[in-house]
Amino acid sequence: MAENIVPRVRVPRDAKAGDVVSVRTLISHPMESGLRRGSDGNLIPRQIINRFTCTFNGATVVDVTVHPGVSTNPYFQFEAKVDASGTFAFSWYDDNGSVYTDTAEIAVA
Amino acid sequence: MTQTRRQFVGNGLAVAAAFFGLPHIASAATLEEAIAAFTSGSDAGADGITLIAPEIAENGNTVPIEVSAPGAAAIMLLAARNPSPDVCTFEFGPAAGSQMVSTRIRLAGEQEVIAIARMADGSFKQARQNVRVTIGGCGG
Amino acid sequence: MNKKTLLGGTAAAIVAVVAAGVGFADIRTGDSLVINGEIQIVTETAPPAFLEGVFNTVYSGWVFRTDETRAMQADDFDNPAMLYVEQGQTAFDTPMGTEGKSCASCHDNAESLAGVRATYPKWDAAHGAIQTVEMQVIECQTERMGVAEPYGYDSQQMRNMVALIASVGRGQTVNVAIDGPAADAWEKGREIYYTQYGQMELSCAQCHENNYGNLIRADHLSQGQVNGFPTYRLKNANIVSVHNRFRGCIRDTRGEPYAIGSPEFVALELYVASRGNGLSVEGPAVRN
Repeated sequence: MAENIVPRVRVPRDAKAGDVVSVRTLISHPMESGLRRGSDGNLIPRQIINRFTCTFNGATVVDVTVHPGVSTNPYFQFEAKVDASGTFAFSWYDDNGSVYTDTAEIAVA
Repeated sequence: MTQTRRQFVGNGLAVAAAFFGLPHIASAATLEEAIAAFTSGSDAGADGITLIAPEIAENGNTVPIEVSAPGAAAIMLLAARNPSPDVCTFEFGPAAGSQMVSTRIRLAGEQEVIAIARMADGSFKQARQNVRVTIGGCGG
Repeated sequence: MNKKTLLGGTAAAIVAVVAAGVGFADIRTGDSLVINGEIQIVTETAPPAFLEGVFNTVYSGWVFRTDETRAMQADDFDNPAMLYVEQGQTAFDTPMGTEGKSCASCHDNAESLAGVRATYPKWDAAHGAIQTVEMQVIECQTERMGVAEPYGYDSQQMRNMVALIASVGRGQTVNVAIDGPAADAWEKGREIYYTQYGQMELSCAQCHENNYGNLIRADHLSQGQVNGFPTYRLKNANIVSVHNRFRGCIRDTRGEPYAIGSPEFVALELYVASRGNGLSVEGPAVRN
Protein backbone atom coordinates (compact mmCIF):
# COMPACT_ATOMS: atom_id res chain seq x y z
CA MET A 1 0.00 0.00 0.00
CA ALA A 2 2.70 2.41 0.88
CA GLU A 3 4.96 1.82 -2.09
CA ASN A 4 6.14 4.67 -4.26
CA ILE A 5 5.81 7.37 -1.66
CA VAL A 6 7.52 10.31 -3.30
CA PRO A 7 7.72 13.84 -1.89
CA ARG A 8 7.75 16.93 -4.11
CA VAL A 9 8.68 20.40 -2.90
CA ARG A 10 8.98 23.73 -4.63
CA VAL A 11 10.68 26.86 -3.37
CA PRO A 12 12.14 29.74 -5.36
CA ARG A 13 15.77 29.32 -6.45
CA ASP A 14 16.75 32.71 -5.15
CA ALA A 15 15.43 35.61 -3.12
CA LYS A 16 16.51 38.80 -1.39
CA ALA A 17 17.33 38.84 2.30
CA GLY A 18 14.18 39.36 4.32
CA ASP A 19 11.89 38.15 1.54
CA VAL A 20 8.83 36.09 2.27
CA VAL A 21 8.79 33.16 -0.15
CA SER A 22 6.09 30.67 -1.01
CA VAL A 23 6.75 27.01 -0.22
CA ARG A 24 4.67 24.25 -1.77
CA THR A 25 4.80 20.57 -0.84
CA LEU A 26 3.07 17.44 -2.06
CA ILE A 27 3.64 13.77 -1.26
CA SER A 28 2.13 10.72 -2.90
CA HIS A 29 0.43 8.89 -0.05
CA PRO A 30 -2.90 7.04 0.20
CA MET A 31 -3.86 8.64 3.55
CA GLU A 32 -5.84 5.51 4.39
CA SER A 33 -8.35 6.80 6.92
CA GLY A 34 -8.99 3.59 8.84
CA LEU A 35 -12.69 4.07 8.19
CA ARG A 36 -12.94 2.29 4.85
CA ARG A 37 -13.74 -1.36 4.35
CA GLY A 38 -11.88 -3.52 1.87
CA SER A 39 -13.46 -5.98 -0.53
CA ASP A 40 -13.32 -8.60 2.24
CA GLY A 41 -15.58 -6.46 4.41
CA ASN A 42 -12.90 -5.76 7.01
CA LEU A 43 -11.69 -2.28 7.90
CA ILE A 44 -8.54 -1.30 6.06
CA PRO A 45 -6.03 -0.30 8.76
CA ARG A 46 -5.34 3.37 9.13
CA GLN A 47 -2.13 4.56 7.54
CA ILE A 48 -1.69 8.28 7.16
CA ILE A 49 0.93 10.96 7.29
CA ASN A 50 0.29 12.15 10.86
CA ARG A 51 2.80 15.00 10.97
CA PHE A 52 4.58 17.25 8.53
CA THR A 53 7.38 19.66 9.34
CA CYS A 54 9.39 22.25 7.44
CA THR A 55 12.48 23.99 8.77
CA PHE A 56 14.78 26.59 7.25
CA ASN A 57 18.39 26.45 8.39
CA GLY A 58 17.15 24.53 11.42
CA ALA A 59 14.41 26.97 12.44
CA THR A 60 10.82 25.77 12.25
CA VAL A 61 8.64 27.23 9.50
CA VAL A 62 5.58 25.07 10.16
CA ASP A 63 4.85 21.95 12.18
CA VAL A 64 1.57 20.39 11.12
CA THR A 65 -0.44 17.79 13.02
CA VAL A 66 -2.31 15.83 10.38
CA HIS A 67 -5.50 13.78 10.72
CA PRO A 68 -7.37 11.53 8.25
CA GLY A 69 -9.38 14.60 7.17
CA VAL A 70 -6.47 15.63 4.93
CA SER A 71 -6.79 14.36 1.34
CA THR A 72 -4.87 11.60 -0.37
CA ASN A 73 -1.53 12.95 -1.66
CA PRO A 74 -1.30 15.64 1.07
CA TYR A 75 -0.66 19.16 -0.18
CA PHE A 76 0.59 22.03 1.97
CA GLN A 77 1.43 25.54 0.89
CA PHE A 78 2.78 28.21 3.25
CA GLU A 79 5.31 31.02 3.43
CA ALA A 80 8.78 31.31 4.92
CA LYS A 81 10.96 34.29 5.69
CA VAL A 82 14.52 33.95 4.41
CA ASP A 83 17.32 36.11 5.80
CA ALA A 84 20.26 34.18 4.33
CA SER A 85 21.02 31.43 1.85
CA GLY A 86 20.27 28.01 3.17
CA THR A 87 18.34 24.80 3.16
CA PHE A 88 14.71 23.94 3.65
CA ALA A 89 14.26 20.53 5.23
CA PHE A 90 10.94 18.73 4.98
CA SER A 91 9.76 15.65 6.89
CA TRP A 92 6.59 13.62 6.55
CA TYR A 93 5.86 11.16 9.39
CA ASP A 94 3.97 8.00 8.45
CA ASP A 95 1.80 5.99 10.89
CA ASN A 96 4.00 2.99 10.08
CA GLY A 97 7.05 4.73 11.57
CA SER A 98 8.61 5.75 8.27
CA VAL A 99 9.81 9.31 7.86
CA TYR A 100 10.08 10.65 4.31
CA THR A 101 12.39 13.62 3.85
CA ASP A 102 13.34 16.11 1.21
CA THR A 103 15.42 19.28 1.04
CA ALA A 104 15.56 22.38 -1.13
CA GLU A 105 18.20 25.07 -1.40
CA ILE A 106 17.63 28.77 -1.81
CA ALA A 107 20.22 31.41 -2.65
CA VAL A 108 19.60 34.66 -0.80
CA ALA A 109 21.38 37.80 -1.93
CA MET B 1 -14.35 -16.34 6.03
CA THR B 2 -16.46 -17.61 8.87
CA GLN B 3 -16.31 -15.74 12.08
CA THR B 4 -17.46 -16.68 15.56
CA ARG B 5 -19.34 -14.25 17.73
CA ARG B 6 -16.34 -14.09 20.04
CA GLN B 7 -14.01 -13.21 17.18
CA PHE B 8 -16.47 -10.61 16.03
CA VAL B 9 -16.64 -8.98 19.45
CA GLY B 10 -12.86 -9.20 19.70
CA ASN B 11 -12.43 -7.50 16.35
CA GLY B 12 -14.85 -4.82 17.41
CA LEU B 13 -12.82 -4.15 20.54
CA ALA B 14 -9.65 -4.03 18.49
CA VAL B 15 -11.25 -1.50 16.18
CA ALA B 16 -12.43 0.55 19.13
CA ALA B 17 -8.92 0.44 20.55
CA ALA B 18 -7.53 1.53 17.22
CA PHE B 19 -9.83 4.52 17.26
CA PHE B 20 -9.59 5.61 20.86
CA GLY B 21 -6.64 3.85 22.42
CA LEU B 22 -3.54 5.09 20.71
CA PRO B 23 -2.38 8.49 21.88
CA HIS B 24 -0.93 9.66 18.57
CA ILE B 25 -4.29 9.30 16.86
CA ALA B 26 -6.30 10.69 19.74
CA SER B 27 -8.87 12.27 17.46
CA ALA B 28 -11.49 14.16 19.39
CA ALA B 29 -14.84 12.41 19.34
CA THR B 30 -16.93 15.52 18.87
CA LEU B 31 -16.52 18.93 17.35
CA GLU B 32 -17.00 20.61 20.73
CA GLU B 33 -14.29 18.49 22.30
CA ALA B 34 -11.91 19.17 19.43
CA ILE B 35 -12.45 22.91 19.74
CA ALA B 36 -12.20 22.84 23.53
CA ALA B 37 -8.93 20.91 23.34
CA PHE B 38 -7.48 23.73 21.26
CA THR B 39 -9.02 26.77 22.93
CA SER B 40 -9.37 25.48 26.50
CA GLY B 41 -12.89 26.85 26.35
CA SER B 42 -11.95 30.43 25.50
CA ASP B 43 -14.25 32.44 23.26
CA ALA B 44 -13.04 33.24 19.76
CA GLY B 45 -13.37 36.54 17.93
CA ALA B 46 -14.22 36.68 14.24
CA ASP B 47 -11.94 39.49 13.02
CA GLY B 48 -8.45 38.98 11.66
CA ILE B 49 -8.95 35.50 10.23
CA THR B 50 -9.85 34.67 6.64
CA LEU B 51 -11.02 31.27 5.47
CA ILE B 52 -11.31 30.64 1.75
CA ALA B 53 -13.19 27.51 0.73
CA PRO B 54 -15.27 26.78 -2.36
CA GLU B 55 -19.02 27.29 -1.94
CA ILE B 56 -19.47 24.13 -3.96
CA ALA B 57 -16.86 21.39 -4.02
CA GLU B 58 -16.89 19.14 -7.06
CA ASN B 59 -15.83 16.17 -5.01
CA GLY B 60 -15.51 15.77 -1.25
CA ASN B 61 -12.24 13.87 -1.58
CA THR B 62 -10.12 16.87 -2.46
CA VAL B 63 -11.39 20.27 -1.35
CA PRO B 64 -8.90 23.14 -1.55
CA ILE B 65 -8.86 25.31 1.58
CA GLU B 66 -6.86 28.46 2.35
CA VAL B 67 -6.71 30.15 5.73
CA SER B 68 -4.90 33.26 6.86
CA ALA B 69 -4.62 34.70 10.35
CA PRO B 70 -1.82 37.30 10.62
CA GLY B 71 -0.06 37.02 13.95
CA ALA B 72 -1.32 33.54 14.76
CA ALA B 73 0.83 31.05 16.64
CA ALA B 74 -1.28 28.15 15.40
CA ILE B 75 -4.26 27.50 13.17
CA MET B 76 -6.58 24.52 13.53
CA LEU B 77 -8.82 23.31 10.69
CA LEU B 78 -11.97 21.35 11.45
CA ALA B 79 -14.74 19.78 9.38
CA ALA B 80 -17.88 19.89 11.51
CA ARG B 81 -19.59 16.79 10.20
CA ASN B 82 -16.75 14.49 9.24
CA PRO B 83 -16.55 11.14 11.08
CA SER B 84 -13.74 12.81 13.02
CA PRO B 85 -13.84 16.61 12.89
CA ASP B 86 -10.07 17.14 13.21
CA VAL B 87 -8.40 17.91 9.90
CA CYS B 88 -5.03 19.41 10.76
CA THR B 89 -3.30 21.96 12.97
CA PHE B 90 -0.53 24.25 11.79
CA GLU B 91 2.00 25.51 14.38
CA PHE B 92 4.07 28.39 13.05
CA GLY B 93 7.76 28.63 13.92
CA PRO B 94 10.24 31.51 13.91
CA ALA B 95 11.02 31.03 10.20
CA ALA B 96 7.39 31.35 9.12
CA GLY B 97 6.94 34.22 6.66
CA SER B 98 3.23 34.60 7.25
CA GLN B 99 0.36 32.81 8.91
CA MET B 100 -1.29 31.82 5.68
CA VAL B 101 -1.63 28.19 4.61
CA SER B 102 -3.31 26.17 1.88
CA THR B 103 -4.16 22.49 1.89
CA ARG B 104 -6.65 19.99 0.47
CA ILE B 105 -9.12 18.27 2.73
CA ARG B 106 -11.82 15.61 2.78
CA LEU B 107 -15.42 16.52 3.40
CA ALA B 108 -17.99 13.78 4.02
CA GLY B 109 -20.90 15.73 2.59
CA GLU B 110 -22.10 19.32 2.91
CA GLN B 111 -20.89 20.91 6.12
CA GLU B 112 -19.14 23.81 7.77
CA VAL B 113 -15.38 24.10 7.58
CA ILE B 114 -14.02 25.83 10.67
CA ALA B 115 -10.67 27.53 11.17
CA ILE B 116 -9.56 28.62 14.64
CA ALA B 117 -6.39 30.63 15.18
CA ARG B 118 -4.54 30.81 18.48
CA MET B 119 -2.94 34.23 18.49
CA ALA B 120 0.46 35.05 19.98
CA ASP B 121 -1.26 36.79 22.91
CA GLY B 122 -3.30 33.68 23.75
CA SER B 123 -6.59 34.94 22.31
CA PHE B 124 -8.54 33.04 19.65
CA LYS B 125 -10.15 33.90 16.34
CA GLN B 126 -12.56 31.77 14.40
CA ALA B 127 -13.96 31.66 10.85
CA ARG B 128 -16.54 29.31 9.42
CA GLN B 129 -17.72 28.60 5.91
CA ASN B 130 -20.32 26.22 4.62
CA VAL B 131 -19.23 24.01 1.70
CA ARG B 132 -21.70 22.11 -0.43
CA VAL B 133 -20.34 18.87 -1.83
CA THR B 134 -21.59 17.90 -5.27
CA ILE B 135 -23.26 14.54 -5.64
CA GLY B 136 -21.53 13.14 -8.71
CA GLY B 137 -23.64 12.12 -11.65
CA CYS B 138 -21.68 9.02 -12.45
CA GLY B 139 -19.77 6.64 -10.21
CA GLY B 140 -17.45 5.93 -13.13
CA MET C 1 -30.15 0.34 -32.76
CA ASN C 2 -31.84 3.69 -33.09
CA LYS C 3 -30.95 6.07 -30.33
CA LYS C 4 -34.01 8.24 -30.71
CA THR C 5 -36.76 5.69 -30.68
CA LEU C 6 -35.63 3.15 -28.14
CA LEU C 7 -35.69 5.27 -25.00
CA GLY C 8 -36.64 3.03 -22.11
CA GLY C 9 -38.87 4.29 -19.34
CA THR C 10 -36.04 4.75 -16.88
CA ALA C 11 -33.82 6.47 -19.35
CA ALA C 12 -36.64 8.77 -20.38
CA ALA C 13 -37.14 9.72 -16.74
CA ILE C 14 -33.46 10.50 -16.37
CA VAL C 15 -33.42 12.63 -19.48
CA ALA C 16 -36.47 14.48 -18.16
CA VAL C 17 -34.65 15.23 -14.92
CA VAL C 18 -31.59 16.30 -16.86
CA ALA C 19 -33.68 18.55 -19.06
CA ALA C 20 -35.02 20.26 -15.97
CA GLY C 21 -31.49 21.09 -14.87
CA VAL C 22 -29.75 24.42 -15.13
CA GLY C 23 -28.28 23.60 -18.50
CA PHE C 24 -25.41 25.00 -20.44
CA ALA C 25 -26.07 28.53 -19.28
CA ASP C 26 -24.06 28.05 -16.08
CA ILE C 27 -21.03 26.58 -17.85
CA ARG C 28 -18.51 29.36 -18.37
CA THR C 29 -17.05 29.08 -21.84
CA GLY C 30 -14.40 31.25 -23.42
CA ASP C 31 -11.73 30.82 -20.73
CA SER C 32 -8.33 29.62 -21.80
CA LEU C 33 -6.07 27.12 -20.13
CA VAL C 34 -2.35 27.78 -20.06
CA ILE C 35 -0.32 25.20 -18.18
CA ASN C 36 2.75 26.39 -16.26
CA GLY C 37 2.31 29.75 -17.92
CA GLU C 38 3.63 28.35 -21.20
CA ILE C 39 1.67 25.42 -22.66
CA GLN C 40 -1.33 26.77 -24.56
CA ILE C 41 -4.26 24.37 -24.46
CA VAL C 42 -7.12 24.50 -26.95
CA THR C 43 -10.21 23.72 -24.88
CA GLU C 44 -12.84 24.86 -27.39
CA THR C 45 -12.67 24.48 -31.14
CA ALA C 46 -14.62 23.75 -34.29
CA PRO C 47 -15.82 20.16 -34.57
CA PRO C 48 -14.20 17.67 -36.93
CA ALA C 49 -15.97 17.40 -40.28
CA PHE C 50 -17.98 14.33 -39.38
CA LEU C 51 -19.54 16.13 -36.39
CA GLU C 52 -20.61 19.25 -38.27
CA GLY C 53 -24.26 19.77 -37.57
CA VAL C 54 -23.95 17.75 -34.35
CA PHE C 55 -21.78 20.18 -32.39
CA ASN C 56 -21.13 23.83 -33.05
CA THR C 57 -18.10 23.60 -30.80
CA VAL C 58 -16.21 20.76 -29.22
CA TYR C 59 -15.30 21.38 -25.59
CA SER C 60 -12.63 19.81 -23.46
CA GLY C 61 -13.92 18.38 -20.18
CA TRP C 62 -11.93 21.16 -18.50
CA VAL C 63 -14.61 23.67 -19.54
CA PHE C 64 -17.24 21.84 -17.46
CA ARG C 65 -15.31 21.94 -14.21
CA THR C 66 -15.27 24.43 -11.34
CA ASP C 67 -12.65 27.14 -10.92
CA GLU C 68 -10.87 25.12 -8.22
CA THR C 69 -10.59 21.99 -10.37
CA ARG C 70 -9.56 24.03 -13.42
CA ALA C 71 -6.84 25.77 -11.44
CA MET C 72 -5.39 22.48 -10.23
CA GLN C 73 -4.51 21.62 -13.82
CA ALA C 74 -2.91 24.93 -14.67
CA ASP C 75 0.30 24.27 -12.74
CA ASP C 76 2.26 21.04 -12.65
CA PHE C 77 2.91 21.40 -8.97
CA ASP C 78 -0.76 21.74 -8.18
CA ASN C 79 -1.68 18.86 -10.48
CA PRO C 80 -1.49 15.70 -8.37
CA ALA C 81 -1.27 13.59 -11.54
CA MET C 82 2.29 14.78 -11.98
CA LEU C 83 3.28 12.57 -9.04
CA TYR C 84 2.41 9.63 -11.25
CA VAL C 85 4.17 11.16 -14.24
CA GLU C 86 7.34 11.31 -12.14
CA GLN C 87 6.94 7.64 -11.29
CA GLY C 88 6.47 6.94 -14.99
CA GLN C 89 9.66 8.86 -15.71
CA THR C 90 11.59 6.73 -13.23
CA ALA C 91 10.27 3.58 -14.89
CA PHE C 92 11.12 5.01 -18.32
CA ASP C 93 14.76 5.32 -17.30
CA THR C 94 14.99 1.92 -15.57
CA PRO C 95 16.07 -1.18 -17.52
CA MET C 96 13.51 -3.97 -17.55
CA GLY C 97 13.49 -7.42 -19.13
CA THR C 98 16.16 -9.75 -20.44
CA GLU C 99 17.49 -7.33 -23.05
CA GLY C 100 18.67 -4.97 -20.32
CA LYS C 101 17.02 -2.04 -22.04
CA SER C 102 15.04 0.81 -20.61
CA CYS C 103 12.56 2.85 -22.62
CA ALA C 104 15.29 5.48 -22.75
CA SER C 105 17.67 3.05 -24.47
CA CYS C 106 15.67 3.43 -27.70
CA HIS C 107 13.73 6.65 -27.15
CA ASP C 108 16.45 8.79 -25.50
CA ASN C 109 13.98 10.72 -23.44
CA ALA C 110 10.25 10.95 -22.93
CA GLU C 111 10.11 14.25 -24.81
CA SER C 112 11.04 12.39 -28.00
CA LEU C 113 7.56 10.81 -27.73
CA ALA C 114 5.79 14.17 -27.68
CA GLY C 115 3.87 13.37 -30.85
CA VAL C 116 2.51 10.03 -29.68
CA ARG C 117 -0.53 10.85 -27.57
CA ALA C 118 -2.05 13.14 -30.19
CA THR C 119 -2.20 10.45 -32.89
CA TYR C 120 -3.19 7.37 -30.90
CA PRO C 121 -5.03 5.06 -31.18
CA LYS C 122 -3.59 4.41 -34.62
CA TRP C 123 -3.25 1.69 -37.21
CA ASP C 124 -0.25 -0.57 -36.75
CA ALA C 125 0.59 -2.25 -40.03
CA ALA C 126 2.90 -4.86 -38.50
CA HIS C 127 0.14 -6.08 -36.21
CA GLY C 128 -2.69 -5.44 -38.63
CA ALA C 129 -4.66 -3.75 -35.89
CA ILE C 130 -5.43 -0.46 -34.21
CA GLN C 131 -3.08 0.07 -31.29
CA THR C 132 -3.56 2.22 -28.23
CA VAL C 133 -0.64 3.75 -26.35
CA GLU C 134 -1.02 1.00 -23.79
CA MET C 135 -0.75 -1.70 -26.47
CA GLN C 136 2.33 0.03 -27.85
CA VAL C 137 3.97 -0.04 -24.41
CA ILE C 138 3.21 -3.76 -24.10
CA GLU C 139 4.61 -4.31 -27.60
CA CYS C 140 7.87 -2.61 -26.67
CA GLN C 141 8.10 -4.61 -23.47
CA THR C 142 7.43 -8.02 -24.99
CA GLU C 143 8.94 -7.66 -28.47
CA ARG C 144 11.96 -5.47 -27.83
CA MET C 145 12.80 -5.46 -24.12
CA GLY C 146 12.35 -9.13 -23.25
CA VAL C 147 9.85 -8.47 -20.50
CA ALA C 148 8.08 -11.72 -19.62
CA GLU C 149 5.28 -10.06 -17.70
CA PRO C 150 4.45 -6.73 -19.29
CA TYR C 151 2.43 -4.10 -17.47
CA GLY C 152 -1.23 -4.93 -17.04
CA TYR C 153 -3.37 -2.83 -19.36
CA ASP C 154 -4.89 -0.83 -16.50
CA SER C 155 -2.14 -1.29 -13.89
CA GLN C 156 -0.74 1.65 -11.94
CA GLN C 157 2.60 1.23 -13.73
CA MET C 158 0.90 1.37 -17.12
CA ARG C 159 -1.14 4.41 -16.17
CA ASN C 160 2.02 6.11 -14.90
CA MET C 161 3.79 5.40 -18.21
CA VAL C 162 0.86 6.53 -20.35
CA ALA C 163 0.53 9.66 -18.21
CA LEU C 164 4.20 10.42 -18.85
CA ILE C 165 3.74 9.97 -22.60
CA ALA C 166 0.64 12.20 -22.54
CA SER C 167 2.33 14.86 -20.41
CA VAL C 168 5.15 15.43 -22.88
CA GLY C 169 2.57 15.83 -25.65
CA ARG C 170 0.46 18.47 -23.93
CA GLY C 171 -0.49 21.27 -26.25
CA GLN C 172 -0.21 19.15 -29.39
CA THR C 173 -3.35 18.97 -31.48
CA VAL C 174 -5.30 15.73 -31.26
CA ASN C 175 -5.31 14.29 -34.76
CA VAL C 176 -6.17 10.60 -34.92
CA ALA C 177 -6.61 9.12 -38.38
CA ILE C 178 -10.08 7.76 -39.06
CA ASP C 179 -9.78 6.74 -42.68
CA GLY C 180 -7.74 4.19 -44.60
CA PRO C 181 -6.94 1.12 -42.55
CA ALA C 182 -8.46 2.76 -39.44
CA ALA C 183 -11.87 3.11 -41.05
CA ASP C 184 -13.27 -0.26 -40.00
CA ALA C 185 -12.38 0.13 -36.34
CA TRP C 186 -13.60 3.73 -36.37
CA GLU C 187 -16.95 2.63 -37.80
CA LYS C 188 -17.20 -0.05 -35.13
CA GLY C 189 -16.43 2.53 -32.44
CA ARG C 190 -19.07 4.85 -33.86
CA GLU C 191 -21.64 2.09 -33.70
CA ILE C 192 -20.80 1.40 -30.05
CA TYR C 193 -21.07 5.13 -29.30
CA TYR C 194 -24.66 5.22 -30.49
CA THR C 195 -25.71 1.87 -29.05
CA GLN C 196 -27.83 1.89 -25.92
CA TYR C 197 -26.49 -0.24 -23.11
CA GLY C 198 -27.78 -1.69 -19.88
CA GLN C 199 -31.06 -1.61 -18.05
CA MET C 200 -31.03 2.17 -18.34
CA GLU C 201 -30.77 1.86 -22.11
CA LEU C 202 -28.29 4.70 -22.42
CA SER C 203 -25.86 5.31 -25.24
CA CYS C 204 -22.74 7.47 -24.99
CA ALA C 205 -24.53 9.97 -27.21
CA GLN C 206 -27.57 10.43 -25.00
CA CYS C 207 -25.45 11.92 -22.22
CA HIS C 208 -22.43 13.33 -24.01
CA GLU C 209 -23.86 14.46 -27.35
CA ASN C 210 -27.46 15.37 -26.54
CA ASN C 211 -27.11 16.56 -22.96
CA TYR C 212 -23.63 17.94 -22.38
CA GLY C 213 -23.76 20.96 -20.12
CA ASN C 214 -26.92 19.71 -18.46
CA LEU C 215 -26.96 18.38 -14.96
CA ILE C 216 -26.95 14.71 -14.13
CA ARG C 217 -27.80 14.84 -10.44
CA ALA C 218 -25.57 17.72 -9.28
CA ASP C 219 -22.87 17.19 -11.88
CA HIS C 220 -22.41 18.73 -15.31
CA LEU C 221 -22.26 16.28 -18.17
CA SER C 222 -19.31 16.89 -20.47
CA GLN C 223 -18.93 16.00 -24.12
CA GLY C 224 -17.03 12.93 -23.00
CA GLN C 225 -13.79 13.99 -24.66
CA VAL C 226 -10.73 11.86 -23.89
CA ASN C 227 -7.98 14.38 -24.69
CA GLY C 228 -7.27 14.74 -20.96
CA PHE C 229 -6.58 11.06 -20.28
CA PRO C 230 -5.10 9.53 -18.29
CA THR C 231 -6.89 11.91 -15.99
CA TYR C 232 -6.55 12.52 -12.25
CA ARG C 233 -10.01 12.05 -10.83
CA LEU C 234 -10.60 13.71 -7.50
CA LYS C 235 -13.02 10.89 -6.77
CA ASN C 236 -10.33 8.23 -7.15
CA ALA C 237 -7.41 10.37 -5.98
CA ASN C 238 -5.46 8.64 -8.72
CA ILE C 239 -5.03 8.69 -12.47
CA VAL C 240 -7.67 6.83 -14.45
CA SER C 241 -7.35 5.29 -17.92
CA VAL C 242 -9.72 5.87 -20.83
CA HIS C 243 -10.94 2.29 -20.78
CA ASN C 244 -11.54 2.39 -17.04
CA ARG C 245 -13.76 5.41 -17.61
CA PHE C 246 -15.61 3.67 -20.45
CA ARG C 247 -16.18 0.71 -18.17
CA GLY C 248 -17.55 2.97 -15.46
CA CYS C 249 -19.97 4.61 -17.89
CA ILE C 250 -21.36 1.33 -19.16
CA ARG C 251 -21.57 -0.02 -15.62
CA ASP C 252 -23.59 3.06 -14.69
CA THR C 253 -26.10 2.15 -17.38
CA ARG C 254 -26.42 -1.11 -15.45
CA GLY C 255 -24.94 -2.87 -18.43
CA GLU C 256 -22.18 -5.43 -18.75
CA PRO C 257 -19.06 -3.52 -19.82
CA TYR C 258 -16.57 -4.73 -22.39
CA ALA C 259 -13.22 -5.70 -20.96
CA ILE C 260 -10.49 -3.12 -20.55
CA GLY C 261 -8.17 -3.50 -23.53
CA SER C 262 -10.83 -5.32 -25.58
CA PRO C 263 -11.15 -4.65 -29.34
CA GLU C 264 -14.50 -2.99 -28.62
CA PHE C 265 -13.01 -0.45 -26.21
CA VAL C 266 -10.04 0.10 -28.52
CA ALA C 267 -12.47 0.91 -31.33
CA LEU C 268 -14.51 3.13 -29.05
CA GLU C 269 -11.36 4.94 -27.90
CA LEU C 270 -10.41 5.59 -31.52
CA TYR C 271 -13.85 6.97 -32.31
CA VAL C 272 -14.14 9.09 -29.16
CA ALA C 273 -10.60 10.41 -29.60
CA SER C 274 -11.49 11.45 -33.15
CA ARG C 275 -14.46 13.45 -31.83
CA GLY C 276 -11.83 15.59 -30.12
CA ASN C 277 -9.64 16.09 -33.20
CA GLY C 278 -8.66 19.74 -32.97
CA LEU C 279 -8.50 19.92 -29.17
CA SER C 280 -5.13 19.81 -27.43
CA VAL C 281 -3.64 16.85 -25.64
CA GLU C 282 -4.24 17.73 -21.99
CA GLY C 283 -3.40 14.55 -20.14
CA PRO C 284 -2.90 14.12 -17.37
CA ALA C 285 -5.85 16.41 -16.72
CA VAL C 286 -7.72 16.94 -13.44
CA ARG C 287 -11.40 16.07 -13.33
CA ASN C 288 -14.01 15.40 -10.66
